[in-house]
Amino acid sequence: MTTTLAPEPKTTTPTSSPLPASTGLEPAARIPAGPDAPEVTTSEPGTHAGPPALLVEHVTKRFSVDRKKAPVQAIDDVSLRIERGEILGILGANGSGKSTLIRLVSGLLTLDTGKVEVFGHDIERDELAVKRLINRVSVDAAFFKKLSPMENLLFAARLYGLDGKAAREQTKAILGRLGISESRLGRPVEQMSRGMQQKVAIARALLTSPTLLLLDEPTTGLDPRSKLDVQAFIEEVNEAHDATIVLTTHDLAEAERLCDRITILDGGRVVAEDTPDGLKHLVAERYGKAPTLESVFMTFTGRSLDEDVEEDGDND
Amino acid sequence: MTVLAHELKASYAFVERNFFLTRRYWGWELAFLVYSVAGALSVSLIGAAAGDERLLLTLMIGAIFWNYLSVVFGWIAETIQVERWEGTLEYTFMAPIRRWTQLLGSCLYAMAYGLVHTAAILVVMLLFFRGLDLHVENVPTALVFVLLGSFSFVGIGMMAAILPLLYVERGAQMTFVLQSCLLLVSGVYYPVSVLPEWMQALSRLSPATYVLDGVRAGLLDGQPVTALWHDVVPLVIMGIVLIPAGLWAFGRAERYAKRTGKLKRVG
Repeated sequence: MTTTLAPEPKTTTPTSSPLPASTGLEPAARIPAGPDAPEVTTSEPGTHAGPPALLVEHVTKRFSVDRKKAPVQAIDDVSLRIERGEILGILGANGSGKSTLIRLVSGLLTLDTGKVEVFGHDIERDELAVKRLINRVSVDAAFFKKLSPMENLLFAARLYGLDGKAAREQTKAILGRLGISESRLGRPVEQMSRGMQQKVAIARALLTSPTLLLLDEPTTGLDPRSKLDVQAFIEEVNEAHDATIVLTTHDLAEAERLCDRITILDGGRVVAEDTPDGLKHLVAERYGKAPTLESVFMTFTGRSLDEDVEEDGDND
Repeated sequence: MTVLAHELKASYAFVERNFFLTRRYWGWELAFLVYSVAGALSVSLIGAAAGDERLLLTLMIGAIFWNYLSVVFGWIAETIQVERWEGTLEYTFMAPIRRWTQLLGSCLYAMAYGLVHTAAILVVMLLFFRGLDLHVENVPTALVFVLLGSFSFVGIGMMAAILPLLYVERGAQMTFVLQSCLLLVSGVYYPVSVLPEWMQALSRLSPATYVLDGVRAGLLDGQPVTALWHDVVPLVIMGIVLIPAGLWAFGRAERYAKRTGKLKRVG
């Protein structure tokens, strides 16, 4: 089934963060975003003036894995529009194109066709301007594992123009907020648990004050407590920092909790897009299914979320 | 903040990070130093065994200065491979910096590291072989050639750094092939005149040939830089050509890697 639903206006506001938002992550403590940062007009998602936070128009991406085989269509005519302050969830089975889409938006892959704009900046023509506005957290917390969190984050901060002193202070504040004590900041990352490493990865992204944050399965593989911590933190970042977030996930409960809208990818194509409630309502009304995101996913993709699609290329 | 100041600050990030890595891997650095000293001593002792002080000095200079050039080359050539292995390559390529900024930082650290490493070897060698007849007053000549040679090796290192971008699994090993070919044709341990004609032609394309020739002329024969234009001019031209060529080639390789999806983590 390939029904694509037109996105509906957002009908709900994000839920309040269950955590205090006053421990080092206040907007005033952020790195100045620079001349490319878009103006803040209001705190309500979907009601900002100006260009969308992310505009993806008719993007395709193919990979040639073998000269004897046909290229793999990883992304097939995908279009998305995300307004400032929104959290967009992207759901899809392994191999559906989620990570490829994130990499395309990150500028880590070139587009075959179509265009991507971040706050009105074309990702290919204004590459540096776009890079100042975005950051990404991937499923594998990638660090120099022998270096400490402080050393890793100091490196990242300097690349984004922050000086050493400010970077150290903000690193302590952000990681403290995430429950990582100062005593851990000098020890190698490799000595930290997977959950703690992922928190450091999120801190690295926040240190650069991204206006558009790309989270590629940030909670995959985390224990339940760490997962809840990270989810609460994502909510806090969205609300306190007016960050627009694109979140890919396998966790339907997570998507339901965090996302204002959900896009479902299958075979590199968008097969459904709406608010979580809108999607559930649709499958209940039109298909007589149980009003759950699992039903939604099964209805539009014909497979379960844990199912692997054959991966011939870079289309995970 | 001006664009240049921002880029220089970002360059410093690579210097600082590489220093952190050196500090964290201090045990390996010590082992590498022992390995380098042992190698230089072993080669130089061939000259001692022959009872020929000039041969000893020729080999010693070859061993020490080849060590410097290969360390600089190695650091730059591994710029990509190390990040690919750690999984940080995509994050570095997402940062709002120009590619020359990254390569400048890597090159500056490589040169500083190479100088310290080589100086340590030189001290050990001078302590081991006391009373050698070196024209120490011409050390500045040697330094000029080291500096000029560094620029050329930076350019070649940038091109070598491309290999791990293009060949995900074996790119790093391919840089060793390039390094060993330079060793073969550059007259590091023997005069290039003993090479076949076609190899001698290749030796004229290697900056190491001119670096070693100039350093030996300065330290063994007491010649000043002003008497060595035939070595200086090719090095200057190579530096002018190879650094922009390295940047251009790196940019092309990055574009190719982004088109084919080769920036992904491996390892």
